[in-house]
Amino acid sequence: MQRNPQLNASGELQHLLSIEGLPREILLQILDTAESFAGVTEREVKKVPLLRGKSVFNLFFEASTRTRTTFEIAAKRLSADVINLNIAVSSQSKGESLLDTVANLSAMQADLFVVRHASSGAPYLIARHVKPHEHVINAGDGRHAHPTQGLLDLYTIRHYKQDFSRLTVAIVGDLLHSRVARSLIHGLTTLGVPEVRAIGPQTLLPAGVESLGVRVFHDMRSGLRDCDVVVMLRLQSERMNGALLPSAQEFFKHYGLTAEKLALARPDAIVMHPGPMNRGVEIDSSVADGPHSVILPQVTFGIAVRMAVMSIVAGN
Amino acid sequence: MKKLPDAEALLPGLAAELGARVSPATAMIGLYTGGAWLAERLHALLGLKQPLGLMDIAFYRDDYAKEGLKHDPKRTRIPFEVEGRDLLLVDDVLYTGRTVRAAMNELFDYGRPRSIALVVLADRGGRQLPICAQHCGAQVEVPEGMRLRLKRAADGRLSLELERAA
Repeated sequence: MQRNPQLNASGELQHLLSIEGLPREILLQILDTAESFAGVTEREVKKVPLLRGKSVFNLFFEASTRTRTTFEIAAKRLSADVINLNIAVSSQSKGESLLDTVANLSAMQADLFVVRHASSGAPYLIARHVKPHEHVINAGDGRHAHPTQGLLDLYTIRHYKQDFSRLTVAIVGDLLHSRVARSLIHGLTTLGVPEVRAIGPQTLLPAGVESLGVRVFHDMRSGLRDCDVVVMLRLQSERMNGALLPSAQEFFKHYGLTAEKLALARPDAIVMHPGPMNRGVEIDSSVADGPHSVILPQVTFGIAVRMAVMSIVAGN
Repeated sequence: MKKLPDAEALLPGLAAELGARVSPATAMIGLYTGGAWLAERLHALLGLKQPLGLMDIAFYRDDYAKEGLKHDPKRTRIPFEVEGRDLLLVDDVLYTGRTVRAAMNELFDYGRPRSIALVVLADRGGRQLPICAQHCGAQVEVPEGMRLRLKRAADGRLSLELERAA
Protein backbone atom coordinates (compact mmCIF):
# COMPACT_ATOMS: atom_id res chain seq x y z
CA MET A 1 0.00 0.00 0.00
CA GLN A 2 1.27 3.44 -0.83
CA ARG A 3 1.75 5.66 2.18
CA ASN A 4 -0.34 8.85 2.42
CA PRO A 5 2.20 11.51 1.34
CA GLN A 6 0.96 13.85 4.08
CA LEU A 7 1.74 11.53 6.97
CA ASN A 8 5.07 10.37 8.37
CA ALA A 9 5.89 6.77 9.28
CA SER A 10 4.15 7.19 12.66
CA GLY A 11 0.96 8.43 10.98
CA GLU A 12 1.47 12.04 12.08
CA LEU A 13 0.81 15.03 9.86
CA GLN A 14 4.05 16.04 8.14
CA HIS A 15 2.62 18.11 5.28
CA LEU A 16 -0.91 19.40 4.77
CA LEU A 17 -1.78 18.80 1.12
CA SER A 18 -5.45 17.87 1.13
CA ILE A 19 -8.26 17.07 3.55
CA GLU A 20 -9.02 14.04 1.42
CA GLY A 21 -7.47 10.98 3.01
CA LEU A 22 -6.87 12.54 6.41
CA PRO A 23 -8.26 10.48 9.28
CA ARG A 24 -10.92 11.94 11.52
CA GLU A 25 -8.50 12.05 14.49
CA ILE A 26 -6.12 14.37 12.66
CA LEU A 27 -8.94 16.70 11.56
CA LEU A 28 -10.13 16.88 15.18
CA GLN A 29 -6.57 17.40 16.43
CA ILE A 30 -6.25 20.41 14.11
CA LEU A 31 -9.63 21.86 15.15
CA ASP A 32 -8.92 21.35 18.87
CA THR A 33 -5.46 22.90 18.58
CA ALA A 34 -6.95 25.83 16.66
CA GLU A 35 -9.41 26.32 19.51
CA SER A 36 -6.47 26.81 21.89
CA PHE A 37 -4.80 29.22 19.48
CA ALA A 38 -8.03 31.21 19.25
CA GLY A 39 -7.40 32.01 22.93
CA VAL A 40 -3.96 33.37 22.04
CA THR A 41 -5.38 35.62 19.33
CA GLU A 42 -7.69 37.27 21.88
CA ARG A 43 -4.85 38.30 24.20
CA GLU A 44 -2.98 41.57 24.41
CA VAL A 45 0.24 39.79 23.31
CA LYS A 46 -0.98 37.67 20.40
CA LYS A 47 2.22 35.69 20.06
CA VAL A 48 3.63 32.39 21.28
CA PRO A 49 7.27 31.28 20.89
CA LEU A 50 6.68 27.89 19.22
CA LEU A 51 8.28 28.57 15.81
CA ARG A 52 11.00 30.96 16.99
CA GLY A 53 13.97 30.68 14.66
CA LYS A 54 12.00 28.89 11.93
CA SER A 55 11.63 30.34 8.44
CA VAL A 56 8.30 30.18 6.67
CA PHE A 57 8.33 30.83 2.92
CA ASN A 58 5.04 31.92 1.40
CA LEU A 59 5.34 30.72 -2.21
CA PHE A 60 2.44 32.20 -4.11
CA PHE A 61 2.57 31.32 -7.78
CA GLU A 62 -0.98 32.65 -8.05
CA ALA A 63 -2.33 35.90 -6.68
CA SER A 64 -3.99 35.98 -3.27
CA THR A 65 -4.45 38.61 -0.62
CA ARG A 66 -6.54 37.08 2.13
CA THR A 67 -4.93 33.65 2.22
CA ARG A 68 -1.37 34.92 1.98
CA THR A 69 -1.99 37.56 4.63
CA THR A 70 -3.60 35.18 7.10
CA PHE A 71 -0.74 32.69 6.64
CA GLU A 72 1.69 35.52 7.25
CA ILE A 73 -0.11 36.66 10.40
CA ALA A 74 -0.37 33.07 11.64
CA ALA A 75 3.37 32.48 11.14
CA LYS A 76 4.24 35.76 12.87
CA ARG A 77 2.02 34.90 15.82
CA LEU A 78 4.00 31.68 16.15
CA SER A 79 7.17 33.84 16.18
CA ALA A 80 8.46 32.47 12.86
CA ASP A 81 10.28 34.59 10.30
CA VAL A 82 8.15 35.01 7.19
CA ILE A 83 9.41 35.53 3.68
CA ASN A 84 6.82 36.34 1.02
CA LEU A 85 7.66 35.46 -2.54
CA ASN A 86 5.58 36.67 -5.39
CA ILE A 87 6.76 34.14 -7.91
CA ALA A 88 4.61 35.41 -10.75
CA VAL A 89 7.09 38.26 -11.13
CA SER A 90 10.16 36.33 -10.07
CA SER A 91 12.60 33.64 -11.25
CA GLN A 92 9.96 31.38 -12.75
CA SER A 93 9.21 34.05 -15.28
CA LYS A 94 12.91 33.80 -16.13
CA GLY A 95 12.47 30.10 -16.79
CA GLU A 96 13.51 28.47 -13.50
CA SER A 97 11.74 25.21 -12.74
CA LEU A 98 9.50 24.79 -9.69
CA LEU A 99 11.86 22.32 -8.04
CA ASP A 100 14.90 24.53 -8.68
CA THR A 101 13.10 27.43 -7.03
CA VAL A 102 12.35 25.26 -4.00
CA ALA A 103 15.90 23.85 -3.89
CA ASN A 104 17.26 27.39 -3.76
CA LEU A 105 14.95 28.37 -0.95
CA SER A 106 15.87 25.19 0.86
CA ALA A 107 19.52 26.28 0.59
CA MET A 108 18.43 29.45 2.40
CA GLN A 109 17.38 27.18 5.30
CA ALA A 110 13.64 27.11 4.90
CA ASP A 111 11.56 25.11 7.38
CA LEU A 112 8.07 25.51 5.99
CA PHE A 113 6.74 26.16 2.50
CA VAL A 114 3.23 27.54 2.09
CA VAL A 115 2.39 26.95 -1.56
CA ARG A 116 -0.31 28.25 -3.84
CA HIS A 117 -0.14 27.17 -7.44
CA ALA A 118 -2.46 27.20 -10.44
CA SER A 119 -1.56 23.58 -11.24
CA SER A 120 -3.23 20.83 -9.28
CA GLY A 121 -0.63 18.67 -7.55
CA ALA A 122 2.21 21.24 -7.42
CA PRO A 123 2.41 21.09 -3.58
CA TYR A 124 2.61 17.27 -3.80
CA LEU A 125 5.54 17.53 -6.16
CA ILE A 126 7.33 19.88 -3.75
CA ALA A 127 6.51 17.69 -0.73
CA ARG A 128 8.10 14.69 -2.47
CA HIS A 129 11.36 16.57 -2.93
CA VAL A 130 11.89 18.54 0.29
CA LYS A 131 14.28 17.46 3.06
CA PRO A 132 12.90 15.52 6.03
CA HIS A 133 12.82 18.58 8.32
CA GLU A 134 11.00 20.71 5.73
CA HIS A 135 7.22 20.85 5.58
CA VAL A 136 4.72 21.84 2.90
CA ILE A 137 1.28 23.36 3.35
CA ASN A 138 -1.04 23.59 0.37
CA ALA A 139 -2.62 27.05 0.18
CA GLY A 140 -4.64 26.13 -2.91
CA ASP A 141 -3.64 24.12 -5.98
CA GLY A 142 -5.58 24.47 -9.22
CA ARG A 143 -9.09 23.12 -8.89
CA HIS A 144 -7.89 20.38 -6.59
CA ALA A 145 -7.76 21.40 -2.92
CA HIS A 146 -7.57 24.27 -0.46
CA PRO A 147 -7.30 22.38 2.79
CA THR A 148 -6.79 25.25 5.25
CA GLN A 149 -9.90 26.98 3.88
CA GLY A 150 -11.81 23.72 4.30
CA LEU A 151 -10.50 23.40 7.85
CA LEU A 152 -11.45 26.94 8.78
CA ASP A 153 -14.92 26.29 7.38
CA LEU A 154 -15.15 23.17 9.57
CA TYR A 155 -13.91 25.19 12.54
CA THR A 156 -16.53 27.86 11.90
CA ILE A 157 -19.32 25.28 11.63
CA ARG A 158 -18.25 23.60 14.86
CA HIS A 159 -17.96 26.98 16.60
CA TYR A 160 -21.57 27.88 15.83
CA LYS A 161 -23.21 24.43 15.67
CA GLN A 162 -21.04 22.33 18.05
CA ASP A 163 -22.17 18.88 16.90
CA PHE A 164 -21.51 17.74 13.31
CA SER A 165 -23.66 14.63 13.61
CA ARG A 166 -27.07 16.24 13.09
CA LEU A 167 -26.35 18.95 10.52
CA THR A 168 -27.55 19.66 7.02
CA VAL A 169 -24.98 21.67 5.08
CA ALA A 170 -25.59 23.17 1.63
CA ILE A 171 -22.79 24.26 -0.68
CA VAL A 172 -24.13 26.56 -3.36
CA GLY A 173 -22.94 27.80 -6.72
CA ASP A 174 -19.86 27.12 -8.81
CA LEU A 175 -18.64 23.82 -7.36
CA LEU A 176 -17.00 22.88 -10.63
CA HIS A 177 -14.14 25.36 -10.37
CA SER A 178 -14.00 25.37 -6.60
CA ARG A 179 -11.12 23.77 -4.71
CA VAL A 180 -12.77 25.04 -1.53
CA ALA A 181 -15.89 22.94 -2.13
CA ARG A 182 -13.94 19.72 -2.63
CA SER A 183 -11.92 20.18 0.54
CA LEU A 184 -15.01 21.04 2.55
CA ILE A 185 -17.05 18.09 1.28
CA HIS A 186 -14.28 15.66 2.28
CA GLY A 187 -14.03 17.24 5.71
CA LEU A 188 -17.77 17.26 6.35
CA THR A 189 -18.23 13.62 5.40
CA THR A 190 -15.16 12.54 7.41
CA LEU A 191 -16.53 14.29 10.49
CA GLY A 192 -19.90 12.59 10.14
CA VAL A 193 -22.21 15.31 8.77
CA PRO A 194 -25.26 13.26 7.72
CA GLU A 195 -26.42 15.48 4.87
CA VAL A 196 -24.26 17.53 2.54
CA ARG A 197 -26.04 19.15 -0.39
CA ALA A 198 -24.61 20.56 -3.60
CA ILE A 199 -26.80 23.24 -5.15
CA GLY A 200 -26.09 24.66 -8.58
CA PRO A 201 -26.77 24.43 -12.29
CA GLN A 202 -25.71 21.21 -13.99
CA THR A 203 -22.98 23.08 -15.86
CA LEU A 204 -21.30 24.20 -12.61
CA LEU A 205 -21.41 20.91 -10.71
CA PRO A 206 -18.54 18.47 -11.22
CA ALA A 207 -19.50 15.24 -12.97
CA GLY A 208 -20.03 12.46 -10.44
CA VAL A 209 -20.22 14.83 -7.47
CA GLU A 210 -22.75 12.41 -5.91
CA SER A 211 -19.96 9.89 -5.47
CA LEU A 212 -18.43 12.22 -2.85
CA GLY A 213 -21.52 11.60 -0.72
CA VAL A 214 -23.57 14.73 -1.51
CA ARG A 215 -27.19 15.21 -2.56
CA VAL A 216 -27.55 17.29 -5.69
CA PHE A 217 -30.19 20.02 -6.13
CA HIS A 218 -30.65 22.19 -9.18
CA ASP A 219 -33.47 24.13 -7.56
CA MET A 220 -32.05 26.36 -4.85
CA ARG A 221 -35.30 26.74 -2.94
CA SER A 222 -35.77 23.02 -2.36
CA GLY A 223 -32.05 22.62 -1.65
CA LEU A 224 -32.02 25.25 1.09
CA ARG A 225 -34.99 23.85 2.97
CA ASP A 226 -34.11 23.14 6.63
CA CYS A 227 -30.38 23.72 6.17
CA ASP A 228 -28.27 24.56 9.24
CA VAL A 229 -25.34 25.87 7.25
CA VAL A 230 -25.28 27.57 3.84
CA VAL A 231 -21.87 27.89 2.16
CA MET A 232 -21.91 30.23 -0.81
CA LEU A 233 -19.12 29.97 -3.36
CA ARG A 234 -17.66 32.71 -5.50
CA LEU A 235 -18.89 32.67 -9.06
CA GLN A 236 -15.62 32.82 -10.93
CA SER A 237 -16.47 35.71 -13.22
CA GLU A 238 -13.66 34.72 -15.58
CA ARG A 239 -15.89 31.74 -16.47
CA MET A 240 -18.82 33.96 -17.39
CA ASN A 241 -17.74 34.37 -20.99
CA GLY A 242 -17.86 30.69 -21.78
CA ALA A 243 -20.92 28.62 -22.49
CA LEU A 244 -21.44 27.66 -18.85
CA LEU A 245 -23.68 30.56 -17.88
CA PRO A 246 -25.91 33.08 -19.61
CA SER A 247 -25.18 36.10 -17.39
CA ALA A 248 -24.45 37.20 -13.84
CA GLN A 249 -27.99 38.58 -13.51
CA GLU A 250 -29.46 35.28 -14.60
CA PHE A 251 -27.22 33.42 -12.16
CA PHE A 252 -28.25 35.69 -9.28
CA LYS A 253 -31.91 35.14 -10.06
CA HIS A 254 -31.58 31.35 -9.72
CA TYR A 255 -28.63 30.81 -7.37
CA GLY A 256 -27.99 34.13 -5.61
CA LEU A 257 -28.66 34.02 -1.87
CA THR A 258 -31.34 36.53 -0.91
CA ALA A 259 -33.11 37.02 2.42
CA GLU A 260 -36.22 35.53 0.88
CA LYS A 261 -34.45 32.29 -0.14
CA LEU A 262 -32.51 32.11 3.13
CA ALA A 263 -35.83 32.12 5.00
CA LEU A 264 -36.33 28.55 3.74
CA ALA A 265 -33.32 27.37 5.76
CA ARG A 266 -33.53 26.87 9.52
CA PRO A 267 -34.14 30.08 11.51
CA ASP A 268 -30.70 29.77 13.14
CA ALA A 269 -28.87 28.94 9.91
CA ILE A 270 -25.42 30.43 9.36
CA VAL A 271 -24.19 31.79 6.03
CA MET A 272 -20.56 31.34 5.04
CA HIS A 273 -18.46 32.44 2.07
CA PRO A 274 -14.74 31.80 1.49
CA GLY A 275 -14.30 35.20 -0.19
CA PRO A 276 -13.72 37.21 -2.17
CA MET A 277 -17.45 37.63 -2.62
CA ASN A 278 -19.33 39.17 -5.51
CA ARG A 279 -22.24 41.08 -4.03
CA GLY A 280 -25.28 40.85 -6.25
CA VAL A 281 -23.89 37.82 -8.11
CA GLU A 282 -23.88 34.92 -5.66
CA ILE A 283 -25.00 36.76 -2.54
CA ASP A 284 -27.20 39.76 -1.80
CA SER A 285 -25.66 42.51 0.33
CA SER A 286 -28.46 42.28 2.87
CA VAL A 287 -27.53 38.64 3.52
CA ALA A 288 -23.76 39.18 3.40
CA ASP A 289 -24.09 41.87 6.08
CA GLY A 290 -27.08 40.33 7.83
CA PRO A 291 -27.49 38.53 11.17
CA HIS A 292 -26.95 35.03 9.73
CA SER A 293 -23.63 35.91 8.12
CA VAL A 294 -20.43 34.58 9.74
CA ILE A 295 -18.24 35.55 6.79
CA LEU A 296 -15.93 37.88 8.74
CA PRO A 297 -15.56 35.54 11.76
CA GLN A 298 -14.42 32.92 9.21
CA VAL A 299 -11.45 35.14 8.38
CA THR A 300 -10.52 35.54 12.05
CA PHE A 301 -10.82 31.80 12.72
CA GLY A 302 -8.61 31.20 9.68
CA ILE A 303 -5.64 32.65 11.56
CA ALA A 304 -6.01 30.23 14.49
CA VAL A 305 -6.54 27.30 12.13
CA ARG A 306 -3.39 28.15 10.16
CA MET A 307 -1.42 28.54 13.41
CA ALA A 308 -2.59 25.06 14.37
CA VAL A 309 -1.63 23.50 11.04
CA MET A 310 1.81 25.13 10.97
CA SER A 311 2.68 24.21 14.54
CA ILE A 312 1.50 20.62 14.13
CA VAL A 313 3.39 19.91 10.89
CA ALA A 314 6.55 21.76 11.94
CA GLY A 315 6.67 19.67 15.14
CA ASN A 316 6.35 16.31 13.39
CA MET B 1 9.35 1.64 49.11
CA LYS B 2 7.59 4.19 51.29
CA LYS B 3 3.84 4.62 50.91
CA LEU B 4 2.69 7.64 48.88
CA PRO B 5 0.99 10.39 50.86
CA ASP B 6 -2.80 10.66 50.70
CA ALA B 7 -3.59 13.63 48.44
CA GLU B 8 -6.92 14.34 50.13
CA ALA B 9 -5.26 14.44 53.57
CA LEU B 10 -2.72 17.01 52.33
CA LEU B 11 -5.35 19.48 51.08
CA PRO B 12 -6.54 21.05 54.38
CA GLY B 13 -2.98 21.77 55.54
CA LEU B 14 -2.02 23.31 52.21
CA ALA B 15 -5.17 25.43 52.19
CA ALA B 16 -4.55 26.63 55.75
CA GLU B 17 -1.00 27.64 54.85
CA LEU B 18 -2.24 29.59 51.81
CA GLY B 19 -5.11 31.15 53.77
CA ALA B 20 -2.55 33.09 55.78
CA ARG B 21 -1.21 34.89 52.69
CA VAL B 22 -4.20 35.55 50.44
CA SER B 23 -6.04 38.85 50.11
CA PRO B 24 -9.23 39.63 48.15
CA ALA B 25 -7.04 40.62 45.19
CA THR B 26 -5.10 37.32 45.11
CA ALA B 27 -5.82 35.14 42.09
CA MET B 28 -5.07 31.49 41.39
CA ILE B 29 -4.04 29.70 38.19
CA GLY B 30 -3.99 25.91 37.81
CA LEU B 31 -1.85 24.11 35.22
CA TYR B 32 -3.55 21.41 33.17
CA THR B 33 -4.31 18.69 33.95
CA GLY B 34 -3.44 17.71 37.53
CA GLY B 35 -2.69 21.26 38.66
CA ALA B 36 -6.10 22.37 37.42
CA TRP B 37 -7.84 19.70 39.54
CA LEU B 38 -5.81 20.71 42.59
CA ALA B 39 -6.46 24.40 41.97
CA GLU B 40 -10.21 23.84 41.72
CA ARG B 41 -10.17 22.28 45.19
CA LEU B 42 -7.89 24.88 46.78
CA HIS B 43 -9.80 27.73 45.15
CA ALA B 44 -13.03 26.47 46.73
CA LEU B 45 -11.44 25.79 50.14
CA LEU B 46 -9.97 29.32 50.23
CA GLY B 47 -13.14 30.96 48.93
CA LEU B 48 -11.09 33.21 46.63
CA LYS B 49 -12.98 36.18 45.17
CA GLN B 50 -11.21 36.18 41.80
CA PRO B 51 -12.38 33.47 39.37
CA LEU B 52 -9.96 30.59 38.82
CA GLY B 53 -7.56 30.75 35.87
CA LEU B 54 -6.56 27.62 33.94
CA MET B 55 -3.47 27.34 31.83
CA ASP B 56 -2.07 24.87 29.29
CA ILE B 57 1.61 25.55 28.65
CA ALA B 58 1.75 23.49 25.41
CA PHE B 59 2.70 26.54 23.30
CA TYR B 60 5.58 27.44 25.65
CA ARG B 61 7.22 24.05 26.18
CA ASP B 62 10.99 23.82 25.66
CA ASP B 63 10.84 20.36 24.04
CA TYR B 64 8.68 21.29 21.01
CA ALA B 65 11.62 20.85 18.63
CA LYS B 66 12.09 17.30 19.94
CA GLU B 67 8.57 16.20 20.73
CA GLY B 68 6.34 18.34 18.54
CA LEU B 69 3.03 19.75 19.71
CA LYS B 70 1.12 17.59 22.15
CA HIS B 71 -2.17 16.30 20.90
CA ASP B 72 -4.90 17.99 22.88
CA PRO B 73 -3.77 21.38 24.13
CA LYS B 74 -6.47 22.97 26.24
CA ARG B 75 -7.37 26.61 25.87
CA THR B 76 -5.74 28.85 28.47
CA ARG B 77 -8.36 30.98 30.23
CA ILE B 78 -7.32 33.75 32.56
CA PRO B 79 -10.50 35.58 33.58
CA PHE B 80 -8.80 38.40 35.51
CA GLU B 81 -6.24 41.13 34.95
CA VAL B 82 -2.72 39.74 35.47
CA GLU B 83 -1.05 43.17 35.58
CA GLY B 84 -0.07 44.07 39.14
CA ARG B 85 -1.68 40.97 40.65
CA ASP B 86 -0.46 38.60 43.39
CA LEU B 87 -0.75 35.14 41.85
CA LEU B 88 -0.76 31.60 43.16
CA LEU B 89 0.46 29.22 40.46
CA VAL B 90 -0.72 25.67 41.20
CA ASP B 91 0.66 22.38 39.85
CA ASP B 92 0.32 18.83 41.09
CA VAL B 93 3.93 17.61 41.04
CA LEU B 94 7.13 19.66 40.95
CA TYR B 95 10.01 17.86 39.23
CA THR B 96 12.43 19.40 36.69
CA GLY B 97 10.92 22.89 36.93
CA ARG B 98 10.49 23.14 33.15
CA THR B 99 6.69 23.32 33.28
CA VAL B 100 6.87 26.20 35.76
CA ARG B 101 9.38 28.02 33.56
CA ALA B 102 7.00 27.68 30.61
CA ALA B 103 4.03 28.80 32.72
CA MET B 104 5.82 31.95 33.86
CA ASN B 105 6.72 32.83 30.27
CA GLU B 106 3.08 32.42 29.23
CA LEU B 107 1.87 34.45 32.21
CA PHE B 108 4.03 37.40 31.29
CA ASP B 109 2.32 37.53 27.88
CA TYR B 110 -0.82 38.43 29.83
CA GLY B 111 0.79 41.15 31.92
CA ARG B 112 3.31 41.86 34.67
CA PRO B 113 2.15 40.28 37.92
CA ARG B 114 3.20 41.82 41.24
CA SER B 115 4.24 38.41 42.55
CA ILE B 116 3.96 34.72 41.74
CA ALA B 117 4.07 32.01 44.40
CA LEU B 118 4.31 28.36 43.39
CA VAL B 119 1.98 25.89 45.09
CA VAL B 120 2.43 22.13 44.58
CA LEU B 121 0.96 19.05 46.15
CA ALA B 122 4.17 17.03 45.87
CA ASP B 123 7.85 17.87 45.29
CA ARG B 124 9.82 14.92 43.98
CA GLY B 125 13.17 16.74 43.66
CA GLY B 126 15.29 16.42 40.51
CA ARG B 127 15.24 20.10 39.57
CA GLN B 128 16.99 21.12 36.34
CA LEU B 129 16.18 24.82 36.71
CA PRO B 130 16.52 27.27 39.61
CA ILE B 131 12.87 27.00 40.70
CA CYS B 132 11.36 26.12 44.06
CA ALA B 133 7.87 25.88 45.53
CA GLN B 134 6.78 28.36 48.19
CA HIS B 135 4.01 26.02 49.34
CA CYS B 136 4.38 22.26 49.12
CA GLY B 137 2.10 19.52 50.47
CA ALA B 138 4.74 16.80 50.73
CA GLN B 139 8.23 15.75 49.66
CA VAL B 140 7.98 12.45 47.81
CA GLU B 141 10.77 10.10 46.76
CA VAL B 142 10.15 8.62 43.35
CA PRO B 143 12.12 5.59 42.11
CA GLU B 144 14.07 6.01 38.89
CA GLY B 145 12.08 5.41 35.68
CA MET B 146 8.80 6.21 37.42
CA ARG B 147 6.47 9.16 37.14
CA LEU B 148 4.38 10.65 39.95
CA ARG B 149 0.93 11.76 38.83
CA LEU B 150 -2.22 13.12 40.35
CA LYS B 151 -5.36 11.15 39.50
CA ARG B 152 -8.97 12.20 39.90
CA ALA B 153 -11.62 9.56 40.54
CA ALA B 154 -15.16 9.74 39.21
CA ASP B 155 -16.35 11.10 42.58
CA GLY B 156 -13.73 13.88 42.42
CA ARG B 157 -11.32 12.39 45.00
CA LEU B 158 -7.67 13.13 44.28
CA SER B 159 -4.87 10.62 44.74
CA LEU B 160 -1.16 10.43 43.97
CA GLU B 161 -0.02 7.47 41.89
CA LEU B 162 3.20 6.12 40.45
CA GLU B 163 3.42 4.96 36.87
CA ARG B 164 6.21 3.91 34.57
CA ALA B 165 7.69 6.92 32.74
CA ALA B 166 7.10 6.76 28.98
